[in-house]
Amino acid sequence: MTVAGFNAVELVLLVPAVSAALLAILPGFRITAWLNTLAALLTLLAALSLFGAERPAPGNYLLVDDLNIVFIVLNTFVGFTAASFSASYIGHEIETGRLTPVYVRFYHAMYQLMMFGMNLALVSNNIGLMWVAIELATLTTVLMVGVYRTPEALEAAWKYFILGSVGIALALFGTILVYVVAQPVLGEGTAAMVWTNLIARAGEFDPALLNLAFVFLLLGYGTKVGLAPLHAWLPDAHAEGPTPISAVLSGLLLNVALYAVLRFKLLMAAHPEALAPGPLMVGMGLLSLVFAAFMLYRRRDIKRLFAYSSIEHMGIIVFAFGMGGTLANFAGLLHMVMHSLTKSAIFFSVGHVAQIKGTQKVAEIRGLTQSHPLLGWGLAIGVLAIAGLPPFGVFMSEFLVVTSTFARNPVLALVLVFGLLVAFGALLLRLTGFLFGEPTGELKPARASLLPLYAHMALVLIAGLYMPGPMVDWFRAVAKLLG
Amino acid sequence: MNATAFDVAHMLAGSVVLVSFMMLYQDRLLALLNVFALHAALLSAAVAWQATIQGAPHLYVTAAIALFFKAMIIPAALHRIIRRLGIHREVEQVVGTGITMLAGMGLVALSISLMLNLTASADALAREDLAFALSVVLLGLLMMITRRNAVSQVVGFMSLENGLILAATGARGMPLVVEISVAFSVLIAFIVIGVFLFRIRERFDTVDDSALERFRGDVG
Repeated sequence: MTVAGFNAVELVLLVPAVSAALLAILPGFRITAWLNTLAALLTLLAALSLFGAERPAPGNYLLVDDLNIVFIVLNTFVGFTAASFSASYIGHEIETGRLTPVYVRFYHAMYQLMMFGMNLALVSNNIGLMWVAIELATLTTVLMVGVYRTPEALEAAWKYFILGSVGIALALFGTILVYVVAQPVLGEGTAAMVWTNLIARAGEFDPALLNLAFVFLLLGYGTKVGLAPLHAWLPDAHAEGPTPISAVLSGLLLNVALYAVLRFKLLMAAHPEALAPGPLMVGMGLLSLVFAAFMLYRRRDIKRLFAYSSIEHMGIIVFAFGMGGTLANFAGLLHMVMHSLTKSAIFFSVGHVAQIKGTQKVAEIRGLTQSHPLLGWGLAIGVLAIAGLPPFGVFMSEFLVVTSTFARNPVLALVLVFGLLVAFGALLLRLTGFLFGEPTGELKPARASLLPLYAHMALVLIAGLYMPGPMVDWFRAVAKLLG
Repeated sequence: MNATAFDVAHMLAGSVVLVSFMMLYQDRLLALLNVFALHAALLSAAVAWQATIQGAPHLYVTAAIALFFKAMIIPAALHRIIRRLGIHREVEQVVGTGITMLAGMGLVALSISLMLNLTASADALAREDLAFALSVVLLGLLMMITRRNAVSQVVGFMSLENGLILAATGARGMPLVVEISVAFSVLIAFIVIGVFLFRIRERFDTVDDSALERFRGDVG
């Protein structure tokens, strides 16, 4: 598709960039909230048109291939639904006076800038550009996490900023090392930073230095994925920012960082003598899963609870990609999509719940099914899905991860199942508390936008019951590409 | 490349590491800022020297940014902030100087042995430069860990970024795109931090971030 001479890839970048500038100057939160949603919708349409469009040949800066198209479509889709949830959420925040119109304007501009940063990271074919884009996305989310200006929000933003910068600095050092490795083979200049060039000639690189580069990149971008023991920023950032941001952090930004890790994993896999990246990723993944599963039990804040659940699921995904092989990669990819959809849906409902009850404390949220049945059951469906119950898509993907692991390494599979069960117990324990008992807080029916929540859950349900043939083929092709 | 060119590059990069050490034991904020300015100025000289011997004029831009932005504007601005907050006389020490210095030496030894072993195939200048750069990065990290004060954490972070620039310029022919973006990211980072400092001040009347920790949502 081309509109006014721009192809689809350029539109995916241009729409959020232009909207960010527009939203920064336009006053009035109603119109900007609406424009924010519209811009996100247009970006989603541009992303969808990437399927039909002829793919441009990979240039020095931009690239579209089977791998990143999955990420882009997921990114823009959740970006759109989160924007429409955000419109109703922000309306409530204005009414209660938690946010002033100036901050809302700032918030919307930052939202689009973040979408631009994430999309740029996903389509970039240049490891330097990718780094810049991820840093941009990080900085915008730091600002949004701190937007309430409460002491908790400031601490969360500061912690996120410091840990995020350290991560991003390590990633840059890794990126420089990759260039140093590639430069004798590919020559000086931009050519040695282009990912398609790197992967084509990876076999000729110096393996020892490449290994070191990968360790830096895994630690650096792994911080942004939220892998234990580098996860400390994640629960605070999720809990203290506006809930739409928690949804996009969990559903999108973690994936973008994961995407960077996967690109470099491919680079390592293309070199026969380099360190196998799998065991490192398997180790970090399992550690995150088990650690986060235990941490789920002691959470007193509902958004922190689900933030730890995100660490747990990123652990599963990284574990699956670390195992490698077509089946495990397929499972990891599917789990990533399912987790993004489910977790953002959970945050959509949690956002409204916290607004209605006026608290994020787990102990003070009771009896949702009586006071707000639609919202309560929506949350229930989300939590049941994320805990891994059939017939939802998360069950399917977790099942695939477990079975593919059992076939190859039963010991690891046991650890995996143990972690999953521990997390399952914690989530169900909390869920019964939310749903039943004497209702607390505000009992009046509330205006809540339930459409994004139920739309996500419907997709997760459909994926669990029946995956359409073309989608299976598509995911299988990507899984094969990941080696 | 002749021996003198190599020696000068070696000396400049080595001095940057040395000044990183000096930052570790500065316990007064104003002194710390002065040392940071020196750090940035030396970085600028090292980058300019690399520009000369590599015949890469665009690196002069990076050197100029380091000199004007990092060695002058940022320290001056932080000076103002510190004075306005009235914390310029404060003494801070979380971990003892001796232990910090020992840890720093360990980190430098680690990075030099690591880089020199792994980069046997790369040319000598790039090797040493990377080894020094990694040392500066690690010392910056160490400083961020051992300090409590938000301003000194920021300075630690900026010295870490200096190490990254040293690495980027040591890698021959690394595209300018990245260097400018590095400088740009520092600018953004500074704005962000500036915003935070003022906000923190507004709320707590202190920039000591241990005061923030009382507000952990999960405890109690």
